[in-house]
Amino acid sequence: MTVRVFYFAALAEQVDCRSEELETDATSAGELIQRLRARGEPWQSAFDSRTQIAINQHLAGPDDGLDDGDEVAFFPPVTGG
Amino acid sequence: MKLIRVQQEDFDAGILQAELHAGRSDIGACVTFTGYVRDLNLDDDVQALRLEHYPGMTEKALEAIVDEAVSRWNLSGAAVIHRVGELRPSDQIVLVAVTSTHRGDAFAACEFIMDYLKTRAPFWKKEQLKDGSSRWVEARSSDDKAAQRWER
Repeated sequence: MTVRVFYFAALAEQVDCRSEELETDATSAGELIQRLRARGEPWQSAFDSRTQIAINQHLAGPDDGLDDGDEVAFFPPVTGG
Repeated sequence: MKLIRVQQEDFDAGILQAELHAGRSDIGACVTFTGYVRDLNLDDDVQALRLEHYPGMTEKALEAIVDEAVSRWNLSGAAVIHRVGELRPSDQIVLVAVTSTHRGDAFAACEFIMDYLKTRAPFWKKEQLKDGSSRWVEARSSDDKAAQRWER
């Protein structure tokens, strides 16, 4: 399946990528992170336990499932306001 | 009345307050919160602030927070305006305005909306320092604690 992935803020700078279309067999957001980290550095260390996940523009967790055409986003803890 | 705006332009709290109150004689209270850009964070000189956000999700997240406030308190109206892009010290950055029949609902809902915005709305601040360097603002655990007070 294909998902659209977005990266924001410090995480986007670390991996030097803001968005990409990915063909993946990952069935959850956590699995997708594992696939991305397997690319090696800088991907390996860009994701940590504080990395936040959104699926189709709603906050999500690593166990939440992915479907074809989903929009997935990864970003550091938010700092607005 | 519910209003969510994410914009580069400045805002006028007085005008928004008047809009929330227009034509309503049942409103007994309006609480507004305005957040400003500080020039000091962790003892460094901050010259400017750049606010990045996640277009699309930002509006959805703010709307969900306001909807949650409306479900918890008896409100007549609620508005959130958040600025993005380049900001300078002393610039206004965020405005929350809540109206209700009695002040208790407006005070609580305004604080709730800010606490949730701080931890759930996808905005990120990057500080530009006087020496030319820049750095991303770190999330504060005190903000997490403030938001956790409202969990149920």
